[in-house]
Amino acid sequence: MERMPGWLRQHIAALRALLVLTVLLGVLYPLAVTGVAQALLNGRANGSPVEKDGRVVGSALIGQSFTGPDGAPIRKYFQSRPSAAGAGYDPMASGASNLGPENVLDVLAVPGATDAHGKPDTGRQSLLTQVCARSRAAGALEGVSGARPYCTPDGVGAVLKVFPAVGTPTRVVSVNQACPAAPFVAEYRGVKVECGRPGEDYSAGRTVPVRGTARAVVPADAVTASGSGLDPHISVAYARLQASRVARERGLPLERVRHLIDENTSGRALGFMGEPAVNVLTLNLALDKG
Amino acid sequence: MSPTVAGIVFIASLIVALAITHRPLGDYMYRVYTGTRHLAVERLIYRLIGVRPDTEQRWTVYARSVLAFSAVSILLLYAFQRLQDKLFLSLGFGPVPDHIAWNTAVSFVTNTNWQAYSGESTMGHLVQMAGLAVQNFVSAAVGMSVAIALVRGFARKRTDELGNFWVDLVRGSLRILLPIAFVGALVLVAGGLIQNFAEPHAVATVAGGHQTLTGGPVASQEIIKELGTNGGGFYNANSSHPFENATNWTNWVEIFAILLIPFALPRTFGQMVGDRRQGYAILAVMGVLALASVSALTALELAHGGTVPQAVGAAMEGKEARFGVANSGTFAAATTLTSTGAVNSFHDSYTALGGMIAMGNMMLGEVAPGGVGSGLYGMLVLAVITVFVAGLMVGRTPEYLGKKIGAREIKLASLYFLTTPALVLIGTALAMASPEQRASMLNGGPHGLSEVLYAFTSASNNNGSAFAGLTVNTPWYDTALGLCMALGRFLPIVFVLGLAGSLARQAPTPASAGTLPTYRPQFVGMVAGVTVILVALTFLPALALGPLAEGIH
Repeated sequence: MERMPGWLRQHIAALRALLVLTVLLGVLYPLAVTGVAQALLNGRANGSPVEKDGRVVGSALIGQSFTGPDGAPIRKYFQSRPSAAGAGYDPMASGASNLGPENVLDVLAVPGATDAHGKPDTGRQSLLTQVCARSRAAGALEGVSGARPYCTPDGVGAVLKVFPAVGTPTRVVSVNQACPAAPFVAEYRGVKVECGRPGEDYSAGRTVPVRGTARAVVPADAVTASGSGLDPHISVAYARLQASRVARERGLPLERVRHLIDENTSGRALGFMGEPAVNVLTLNLALDKG
Repeated sequence: MSPTVAGIVFIASLIVALAITHRPLGDYMYRVYTGTRHLAVERLIYRLIGVRPDTEQRWTVYARSVLAFSAVSILLLYAFQRLQDKLFLSLGFGPVPDHIAWNTAVSFVTNTNWQAYSGESTMGHLVQMAGLAVQNFVSAAVGMSVAIALVRGFARKRTDELGNFWVDLVRGSLRILLPIAFVGALVLVAGGLIQNFAEPHAVATVAGGHQTLTGGPVASQEIIKELGTNGGGFYNANSSHPFENATNWTNWVEIFAILLIPFALPRTFGQMVGDRRQGYAILAVMGVLALASVSALTALELAHGGTVPQAVGAAMEGKEARFGVANSGTFAAATTLTSTGAVNSFHDSYTALGGMIAMGNMMLGEVAPGGVGSGLYGMLVLAVITVFVAGLMVGRTPEYLGKKIGAREIKLASLYFLTTPALVLIGTALAMASPEQRASMLNGGPHGLSEVLYAFTSASNNNGSAFAGLTVNTPWYDTALGLCMALGRFLPIVFVLGLAGSLARQAPTPASAGTLPTYRPQFVGMVAGVTVILVALTFLPALALGPLAEGIH
């Protein structure tokens, strides 16, 4: 060692240091933690599995979809939040939508057009339209109003493009409402509002989202995707909203369903950490048990 | 309790906990780095490495050791990922593509932990545990070593010696990080984090579908990811994934772990320079900036400005129900104020101004309190710049801690400060100038610029969080961001060690009537002011085109 040039000696020391530390911190440490965790906290260390009829059906920490093969909600089950993980609640593709707060402009599907693979053009929904559509669908499912601020009655983002971008408007388009839909407002500052024509470039106009007067009944977590896409919880408000439908579908008294909601609600830890939340999977399992 | 009140109590509880721990932990770290005795296991390690632990190094040798260790780490981690299919516990995943392997290797060695890959579908258990998680430990220990070397520069006089990098590295890893990580990992398992070696396995779900549940040594990696301010998640969804952050209280534990060491190091600094008040002054600057930022970010998220958050009625897109809005905002502030970059909610979907605060935190250079080690040396460089600015005002040669801040010192401090803004702004400009790179933006308009600006800010400051809508696993972004991470880490380290070397050589100047006291609230205010003004002057034009344009109509 001593006769080697200094720079080489440093690198050999570095390599040896890394290997020694890898054995300590990369092998022995995780193995020791695993040993203690498996001995003392077996269920949790193995993913908090939950069983139904003696068979593991999931993890109490990982949310699931309660939809049929066609993607429609199964009416006797409480529904989870929207999910951006793969096709929905896929733990092999955890993640969020990553769409921003001003993501309000849809790309309308052009009828008859196809993409590079020959599939029909489906366009692209903005985050705002996704929120509006989810709100409308949830409202319809629960038998309440699905209306929201910044949403049209037909469940897309209420957004106008105004031309020219600066000055007195001469042309106004409701860009998220594909023709022949009737625009959600007839006039904007004296100019007749047109419906959106798929494929037309409206980027030169000024974007004007219109709040409207609607008040939301469907809770916030019911219309937004979570960060992980695997959120096992819904808010207490969303659970209460779904309670009457589930009670009706199952022929149970509403009081019984509400009681089960309470039993599957985790409050704020120590009274101030996080938000109260209802575990959808354990709640649905409790319902199935009767 | 309303969500806002609960959110305030949540922040207050963290402050109380950190106030309790910073003294004993800071004093303990002081003893670790100044003690002369070696543990038996450490002696064995030094023999295996082939270094003599009692010889000290000049700054050039110390820097070469840091660089050699980091270079070897990058090469080995790259090879590890490329060969993972030849090793065991690979879960059947093939070799990681070359540009992603390069980016990831640099990312973990530089304490950035930017993720261009999706953990659950790319990395086997062995690479996670023995490759990535090892760098979580040692990159943090490297950061602390460099900070301690700089503090020795202030504390020592008329010497060339700054300590021994190998001793600092081993002690930081074994005596500080390892014990806390071991206990913390078990606490997290008690909260529901998994710790096993199971392969992904499918189960039939209640609704009649299938779901693949994953396994892995997650808790042991999660705790060091936060404690070492690393941030690279086991899963793509990082700390929003229930297996990484299972309950509303593990969320508290993880935020606490992020802030624990960075807020204790000023105490270590005060002890080492023999004047605890100096440590409190640095701590106060960090505390003031951190509190302002965490309050602003949490408040902006709770206020949910912007079209979509207003339509929703809360800024819930990309956030988990169990954490809620307030605690997600607190996590976002903690992760960007330090060099962590873990996320428990997705910043791309934050309100425009909330996202801007997260970006601004990183642009501050991550000094409040900053990454483990890197936060302290960053803040000390800013203190040097502050005494220089103050010296200019009164026409005196500036001094800090009895050391003259001459031409050489201020040049090194300026180079340190200029490195990251240059990387951020040049990188963003190059990306925006090319139509191909612009196509990686998920969102259009100002938000698209925010995505790119955030990416280069995060990489150059070694943070690792993302406006994750940007598609970055392309060869161009992987290479460019990898270069930003490497230059953003190692150039400042060389400048800091150079500064430490020149400070250590000086004889101390006795304090006189004209010396600026550097422990009074006046100085705290000045350092905070200099930090904010320098950053605002550097980045305001870029911010005006991105988040400000989006958030202010």
